[in-house]
Amino acid sequence: MSSAAPERSYVSPAPIAPRVRPRGAARWRTVLSRLFAGPLNIVVTLLSAAVLATLLWPTLRFLVWDAVWDGASRVDCLEEAVGRPIGACWPFIAARFDQFMYGFYPEFQRWRVNTVYWAGLLLLIPLLIPSAPFKRLNALGFFVVYPAFAYVMLVGGRFGLPFVETRVWGGMLITLVLTYVGIVASLPLAILLALGRRSNLPIISSMTIVFIEFWRGVPLITVLFFATYMLPFFLPGDWSIDALVRVLIGVTLFSAAYLAEVIRGGLQAIPRGQFEGAAALGLGYWKTMGLVVVPQALKHVIPGLVNSFIALFKDTTLVLIVSIFDLLGQIRSAFADPNWATPVTVLTGFAFAGIIYFVVSFAMSRYALFMERRLNTDIRL
Amino acid sequence: MAAESQHPGRRPLAAFYDPKIRATAYQLVFLLVVAWGCYQVALNVSANLENQRIATGFGFLTEPAGFAINQTLIAYREGDSYARVFLVGLLNTLLVAGVGIIFATVIGFLVGIARLSPNWLLARLATGYVELIRNLPLLFQIMFWYLAVLGALPHPRQSLSFGFAPLLQGLAEKLSALEGIGVPALLNSVAEWLGPPGVYLNNRGLILPEPAVTTGGMVVLAIFAAGVVAALWLRRWSRRRQDATGRRFPVGRAALLLVVGLPLAASLFLGAPLSMQAPELRGFNFVGGVRLLPEFVALVIALSTYTAAFIAEVVRAGILAVPRGQSEAAAALGLRRGHALRLIVVPQALRIIVPPLTNQYLNLTKNSTLAAAIGYPDLFSVFAGSALNITGQAIEIIAIIMAVYLAISLLTSVGMSWYNARIQLAER
Repeated sequence: MSSAAPERSYVSPAPIAPRVRPRGAARWRTVLSRLFAGPLNIVVTLLSAAVLATLLWPTLRFLVWDAVWDGASRVDCLEEAVGRPIGACWPFIAARFDQFMYGFYPEFQRWRVNTVYWAGLLLLIPLLIPSAPFKRLNALGFFVVYPAFAYVMLVGGRFGLPFVETRVWGGMLITLVLTYVGIVASLPLAILLALGRRSNLPIISSMTIVFIEFWRGVPLITVLFFATYMLPFFLPGDWSIDALVRVLIGVTLFSAAYLAEVIRGGLQAIPRGQFEGAAALGLGYWKTMGLVVVPQALKHVIPGLVNSFIALFKDTTLVLIVSIFDLLGQIRSAFADPNWATPVTVLTGFAFAGIIYFVVSFAMSRYALFMERRLNTDIRL
Repeated sequence: MAAESQHPGRRPLAAFYDPKIRATAYQLVFLLVVAWGCYQVALNVSANLENQRIATGFGFLTEPAGFAINQTLIAYREGDSYARVFLVGLLNTLLVAGVGIIFATVIGFLVGIARLSPNWLLARLATGYVELIRNLPLLFQIMFWYLAVLGALPHPRQSLSFGFAPLLQGLAEKLSALEGIGVPALLNSVAEWLGPPGVYLNNRGLILPEPAVTTGGMVVLAIFAAGVVAALWLRRWSRRRQDATGRRFPVGRAALLLVVGLPLAASLFLGAPLSMQAPELRGFNFVGGVRLLPEFVALVIALSTYTAAFIAEVVRAGILAVPRGQSEAAAALGLRRGHALRLIVVPQALRIIVPPLTNQYLNLTKNSTLAAAIGYPDLFSVFAGSALNITGQAIEIIAIIMAVYLAISLLTSVGMSWYNARIQLAER
């Protein structure tokens, strides 16, 4: 019957070949056709090229060609002294590099900071590679053992290590400590908050909603001010609390509220059948959540979590407003150094800070994208 | 009851296995713990305040504040009350947020649409903008604009000037090779006819012409406002008539006449009463005009470009979310491309764009507190900065500031749920 009138068929008689992404010369031909198709398109292309050139060319000249690569003092970075246009003054960064990395951490103790950096990298890299073995052990090391190790190494006062006050910490050290603690301390709190918000118990769910919406509704600086100026009043009079710890508490509460909302999205995506299956197996609330629901929910929201971590990493710069000098704060205070006062010092400092912040955030966002693609294969929502 | 009589031994525990009773018990324990924590905090706070001899309460709001503020939208003198300081700061915050939102929306929509452009280079350029801006901390960007860009600007005598006249003069200089056919001379004379540009940028800030207020000007403004109201009414009336009878009315042209034509005619009739008073360089500074603080300019640039990168993504997602079938169906119904966009695609895209867009506006407003880092007198920096330092009323001041931002957030979210309920698809 169907063969009697093939021209009337609503189904294509032959399979349609899938569209392939053009490669090599064909690909360039496609790109060119998207650049020079029609007069309007040509005008747009020329204008875009002009904008790109006026932005890119001076930037590259500043960073590379006109830059001063070695020198000992400000004189090497002065146009009058060198006799050519001057770009970035990299010797300024080299001279201040230790301060940007460690703040005023005692010079002979800096190996401790380096050990902590390397240990962190060694634990983090295999954790990020999905195919690396011993995931559970690795995660335990990074989230449980590592903080204790880093605390002992950085603060000292034990095992023959001299005590180092947090007052002298600074630069990249502060940025990384804030980011790491902000992630590791707030994640468990965020899971509890997300579970509380989804709870059937009205008092618990309404109180968690108030808590989450409160921290999400106020700007981070007010949270930092709250932690710095208000928190000491909340504690018994004879307790003194370190300035960095105060800020860490503020950052943890703030980021826990944001992470809780991300995790709640993952909890909502878990099908009812999972809860019913767990109930059929006789699991109670905590076992259902801990063994069945939360692991799946967290896996769903890894990209969202990484995006929150990027936001946290960028937000750590705000601590300079409460006089804790992270990377950006150290760079800004270095501008006041009369030994390196040149017209290009400020731009050089911003270029250096910008490259670091951009590389870290961009790498994290690419990783989130990679995980999203990877996870998409086995998730059908 | 039967179960109870069968297991008399388990009676005391039976209540604990009842989920309802258990849930109530858990919640009561939780509530008690929270209440106990709050009570302890309150005890500590009152003991600490007593020890440090800090007076509590909001009485300080009526006391005189002994500091000056370098940008005030309402009259303020050193020695006015802290309540006045609060108001000045709040208005400054609203100003920077309002201006920032306008610029962020314009840039964000342009970049978002550019990312979807069929032109390869333009799309890549827009992508590069979004990636660069989103991966750098906002505070970094604010300080960059303030210290590296605006800090490097010349003194008032060498101000950069903006406008058509300096542009033409610059062009005349570049085209000096065409002296023979008199092109530079022509450009220069046009520039002279246009007069001084009136927009200057230097290390003291951005200087703009000030609108001169006259009675005639007020009349023209009133006519303009009346024209806007009339145009809105006309649109409603014509839509109702079209729904009822199918007859159409050229609303666009009529509205143009009402909003632009009428005020223009009035101003010609009254002898051009709307004029701008251009700033003039006298000695080492400008006289006349409006001066915007460099802190304000840096904050607006940083906030609007930063938020624009996020808005661009929101806009792109919203447009991509409207299925192709919608515009194809519109074409099949015989709608022209403009009508299909205006009546079919844009309303559906807006339904998706508006909620996250509002969220971005809220973020911009909250991020304006970073003004504290460069010293723009917004609510946070005048109140939690100067006022907190002088009075020492940390608890009251931080509570007031948190309450203000919380109120803004809650109002926005209430508005959003109202909007969402209004535009939600009526699903079957």
